[in-house]
Amino acid sequence: MSAATLHLLLAAAMFCIGLAGALCRRNAILVLIGIELMLNAANLNFLTFWKYGPQPQPLDGPVFVLFSVAIAAAEAAVGLALIIAIHRRYRTTQLEEISRLRG
Amino acid sequence: MPPEPVLSLAFAIVAGLVLGGSVAAVSCRNRVHAGLFLAVALVGLALVFLRMGAEFLGFIQILVYVGAVAVLIVFAILLTRGSDSAHERRSNAPGIGIGLAVLLWGVLAWGILHRSPGAIATPSPPPSMAVRDLGERLLREELLPLQTVGLLLTAALIGAALIALPEPGISPRPSGSHGSAGTETPPSSPT
Amino acid sequence: MDAPDQIFVLLKHAVVSWFPTPVQPWISAVLSIGAILAVYPMIFALTTVIERKALGRIQNRPGPNRVGPAGFLQFAADGIKSLTKEDIVPRAADSVVHFLAPLVVVVPPLLALAVLPVGRNMVALDLPETGLLFFLMVGTAVELGVFMAGWSSHNKYSLLGAMRAIAQLLSYELPLLLSTVSVVMLTGSLSLNAIIGHQSEVHAGVLLGWNVFTPWGAAGAVLFFIAALAEANRSPFDLPEAESEIVAGYFTEYSGFKFALFFLGEYLGLFAVSGLGITLFLGGWLPPLTVLSWVPSWLWFFGKLAVLMGIFIWLRGTLPRLRMDQLMRFAWQFLLPMSLINLLVAALWQYSTPWPHLLRWLPAAILFGIPYLLYHRAFLRQHPPRTYRYAS
Repeated sequence: MSAATLHLLLAAAMFCIGLAGALCRRNAILVLIGIELMLNAANLNFLTFWKYGPQPQPLDGPVFVLFSVAIAAAEAAVGLALIIAIHRRYRTTQLEEISRLRG
Repeated sequence: MPPEPVLSLAFAIVAGLVLGGSVAAVSCRNRVHAGLFLAVALVGLALVFLRMGAEFLGFIQILVYVGAVAVLIVFAILLTRGSDSAHERRSNAPGIGIGLAVLLWGVLAWGILHRSPGAIATPSPPPSMAVRDLGERLLREELLPLQTVGLLLTAALIGAALIALPEPGISPRPSGSHGSAGTETPPSSPT
Repeated sequence: MDAPDQIFVLLKHAVVSWFPTPVQPWISAVLSIGAILAVYPMIFALTTVIERKALGRIQNRPGPNRVGPAGFLQFAADGIKSLTKEDIVPRAADSVVHFLAPLVVVVPPLLALAVLPVGRNMVALDLPETGLLFFLMVGTAVELGVFMAGWSSHNKYSLLGAMRAIAQLLSYELPLLLSTVSVVMLTGSLSLNAIIGHQSEVHAGVLLGWNVFTPWGAAGAVLFFIAALAEANRSPFDLPEAESEIVAGYFTEYSGFKFALFFLGEYLGLFAVSGLGITLFLGGWLPPLTVLSWVPSWLWFFGKLAVLMGIFIWLRGTLPRLRMDQLMRFAWQFLLPMSLINLLVAALWQYSTPWPHLLRWLPAAILFGIPYLLYHRAFLRQHPPRTYRYAS
């Protein structure tokens, strides 16, 4: 088993844990935590292929990870702002209770 | 430098940190603990990056995820508490989600272990990452994506501030209507 | 070089060479860590005594003067007292998080101090690629520790203090980062040693080229140190632990040794961020005049640190605490735009290298002056000067 395989398995495990969290939890913030884990697993995959894979161009992986981190930060900020706005209106963050389209 | 063994103790510890933190982050009943375990998992991932020689990205990972995203998440957990009890109920059918995830991991692992051997060949010179090269790359070839990301971040900043701003006309619904108000009275938030 | 400058480096080499070769890197690391663990807490102990005495003088009272010569052993008495006090954990507290929080607050500043060059060839952990980034990364970890302390205590005042702290730390991190970015732009390196080396050019015969002697460096230093005060929770930005409002903020429920750890962590953070400011803007261990270069380099670093501490103590004794809304408005509406303007000025400075010196200062003065005057006018419009009818 090579180091690349190990890292890929780790990334896959992290992605699946995040997926399970996003599917099972009912609190909006905890779903967001699951999504963050999935995004980070993807970052790990980019770096693994950069480190151990064939490289058409050096630094493709790190550049991709940098953009991904920036976009994930924006996503987290907007997502949490939405959750806070929803909480202010419905007084809940449980996803099943936020079912009305007209507030 | 002698070639390090594939499954070293350091990798096992770091991987354990990542996996343990992730599992705890998605399974903890206490929401604040979940946020803190997310930080643990992301620190572990940064350590994985450091072990792969991506020093810059490992530090960026901690700076952005632990310093900003994890703090934002626990802050949001604090701001939205009080409506529903701190310990949330379990999902109705957690088995489906967990089963799907395990199934997916099985498929992925099968694919990773049975891929064609030539697909990943370790390049002869191990890649290194000079920060200067990364900067040159970002500011020359990737200039347009970089500007776009800057625009996106600005839009996200303004958008997040606008969304989270209290709307003047709407009064919040009384908290008793959902029947799950916490027993403890939360302190008023300073915002 | 001359002996007094390199005495510690030579001493370390001598000690390390006694050991067999395989363990030498370990011995070297242990010695560096030991030096950091010995020196900075010692400075912390002295600073607390001097701070209390200076605040006392400002308030027209003697300050601590009983223990030891002129009261200078007060820190030992305080240390023994906090060690022997009972360690109380509230029954409602989240005991694991409550226990971990002081560690998360103390360890990052110690890590940050490791990358600061305190003298020529004197840096415990040299990161030639990412030194500054390491420092900033470590600084952000403190936020989580503060949050853990405030939340786990299960106390309203602690929670209020923690929420104030997070809002403050997140807001002031932006101007702090942006003011360091200008230095990185002009130096072209994240290595702290390279940043100091870049400031060693001789201008006008005697003055060395510290960054603070350029327009962007001067403005950057002011912005940096304001943000640094806020990051270190120092007065006038000590809202998270405002004792007259919320008892002691996030560490209300800590007692004994854990309380002392919070205290230590706060001062170590202040030393670290001041040391970074010295490195970035005040020339690090470089002397201000070439004729003074016979003074050992490490003495310059610690001397500058002492001067900064004196200024911070003075500020603490002089300025009243800000209100929460004033604090946030100051960060987002003044410091952040000004640090963005500073980046522009730094870029202009870089591209106007061939110009005559006076002409290079002109755009900077215009770029800083006009927004500053506008801010001043807007401020005066909102807060007209108060008139006291009966006081005069």
